[in-house]
Amino acid sequence: MPGAGRTPVAGRRVQLMATCLCDAFHDDVAAATVEVLEHLGCEVSFPEAQTCCGQPAFNGGDWPASRKVVRHAVRTFSAADPVVVPSGSCAAMMFHGAVLEFEHEPDLGEVEALGRRTWELGDFIVNGLGVRSWPGRFDAAVALHRSCHTRGTGSGDAVALLLASIAGLRLVEFGEEEQCCGFGGTFSVGFPHISAAMGDLKLDHVRAVRPDVLVSGDMGCLMHLGGLAAREGMPLRSMHFAQVLRDAMGRIP
Amino acid sequence: MRTQPIDQYASRVGEETRTAVYEGSKIGHEKRTKVLFDHYADPDRLRALAGEIKQHVVENLDNYLPAVEERLTANGARVHWASTAEAACEAVHSILRARGATKLVKAKTMVSEEIGLDDYLRARGIESLETDLGEFIVQMDHDHPSHIIKPIIHKTRRQIAVLFEKNGLGAYNDEPGVITRRAREFLRHKYLEADAGLTGANFVVAESGRLVVVTNEGNSRFCLAATRCHIALVGIEKILPRDRDLALFLNLLARSGTAQQLTVYNEFILGARGPGQPDGPDEVHVIFVDNGRTDVLASDCRDILRCIRCGACLNVCPVYRQAGGHAYRSVYPGPVGAVLSPLLLGKRFPEKADLPKASSLCGACNEVCPVDIPIPDLLLRLRDRAHAEGVPSPGTPPMGAWAILATQPAAWKTALAAGRLLNHIPSSLVPVAALRAWELKRDLPKWRGGEFRKWLKIRRH
Repeated sequence: MPGAGRTPVAGRRVQLMATCLCDAFHDDVAAATVEVLEHLGCEVSFPEAQTCCGQPAFNGGDWPASRKVVRHAVRTFSAADPVVVPSGSCAAMMFHGAVLEFEHEPDLGEVEALGRRTWELGDFIVNGLGVRSWPGRFDAAVALHRSCHTRGTGSGDAVALLLASIAGLRLVEFGEEEQCCGFGGTFSVGFPHISAAMGDLKLDHVRAVRPDVLVSGDMGCLMHLGGLAAREGMPLRSMHFAQVLRDAMGRIP
Repeated sequence: MRTQPIDQYASRVGEETRTAVYEGSKIGHEKRTKVLFDHYADPDRLRALAGEIKQHVVENLDNYLPAVEERLTANGARVHWASTAEAACEAVHSILRARGATKLVKAKTMVSEEIGLDDYLRARGIESLETDLGEFIVQMDHDHPSHIIKPIIHKTRRQIAVLFEKNGLGAYNDEPGVITRRAREFLRHKYLEADAGLTGANFVVAESGRLVVVTNEGNSRFCLAATRCHIALVGIEKILPRDRDLALFLNLLARSGTAQQLTVYNEFILGARGPGQPDGPDEVHVIFVDNGRTDVLASDCRDILRCIRCGACLNVCPVYRQAGGHAYRSVYPGPVGAVLSPLLLGKRFPEKADLPKASSLCGACNEVCPVDIPIPDLLLRLRDRAHAEGVPSPGTPPMGAWAILATQPAAWKTALAAGRLLNHIPSSLVPVAALRAWELKRDLPKWRGGEFRKWLKIRRH
């Protein structure tokens, strides 16, 4: 699993994997990621040929299709610099999922190498760069949804640490935090009823503590929860933590 | 709309049942977590250790099985091998027939449910009665268990009181104490009338040939004490290497399953009644059941054979909580069942190839598993297998076109731009099933394909 055998971060050059969801829907999250990384002195490159991490097909069971996309990612991110991705889910695809589906493939070694240098954004900031607090101010009660693909990784605690360090920001706990929001990629469309029921439970727990904003490190979760809330006519303000970090910086006293 | 069978099932589950399953599972999970972390500084290390021990057994079953047979035989038990469900039923029947037995009491055996023993014996004039309260209720209601250790998690006490009244066990009363007392009175006579007792085994120790059966109701003890013949139906994966491993496994099993320090009744069975011993059976038979397990062993999902049937993965699973156990159409429901049930079918795998899809892959099952089974990885491998075998999967978007786009950057960028059309036409006109399934319950955010790349370009100039 992640952490073990991770390639140490040397220098400040990073490659941004923006994710397909940010490419298609959530451009501001990718932009915030760039600004946050640049604030930390990183030189961010964006390999233009990037598309997707391969997870939809991996998760849907079409591993041959997924392997094609992973191979494309391996070629696209062939530079030795760390790959930073504002999604726990895509990061886990690179260091765990892709390795699983390449178990019997001749190019497993290259896939593993990409996995070793791929970091979820919060994990990278805290455990890769050693940053432990964040400047600026963000006046809000924040409910942090730790996405499932960050289980067993350093990401959840890393994001909580950064958010808690921001002046004015108060993290609020809610019920059954460890439960999945019900997104699950292809699960959300193959099992729409169960997926929505899971999401409604999550929304009930979150709303019960009346946060100003729901924050996560995965836009899949937020797209699902936000979409449900909007459909129910009770929109919920939600943000990626990169946006919170960026907005906090805008208000450095 | 074509969605997965388990999703369709879940959409029809009544509110009363859903609440019963959800609350029962949630409480079970919360208590389990509290007791494990209250009692142990690092339960995850214990889970990893137990996982390693069970994996070692699974990898070395070919050595352990003959060793166990030797120990059991030396202890005076008769060992039988059943490669199929039918063979296992036959083995039970031939033991009973040889004794002229017509009444069997059962405790703690999921394998008997797996092999369809009740129907087999009934057709041959033998009564086979469940003595675990939950299993007793399920049997009386011609129902099936919906949870590995809480077979009636889907029933309310109101429903049970109605059932008891209908079956002549007293006027309607839904007090749990009254329900239990009535079942107890009914069952006590049955133990005394029975010719043989059938149990499963939670563990069989290779070193000693010790059979271990744990229950909270003591019904296994009654089965063993009151009958002259004990038959144990045991899956071939139930072996532990050493007696001292029981310290780890009994502690983990009780805490993971029922949040207890130790299950109330722990039977350690070393063979038939010896000379001078007042109680216990004259004959002990151990039937080792394969029924597809060697196929599982030969697969890349053999880790699932570590399972000790605690039910913790069911309790924590958000999909199980919504759908309930019957949705899985299998003796073993929930995350473990989603892996095990299709595999146990062998060549008939496609019949249950949809079960591994019934997971958001959230990983909670792996996190609570006392033997640390990487259930999400196994679910994924089975999805790959289903796809490779060409099993249709309603609701799963086809990935061929996506893979073409996602490997050709120019086409990808064109698609990012073209997606803007979604902002202007009703999704009902878009011939993409996945989009309609999404919009069944959720709004889609505004398409902003390519905006980030534009922003970056401007910023870099």
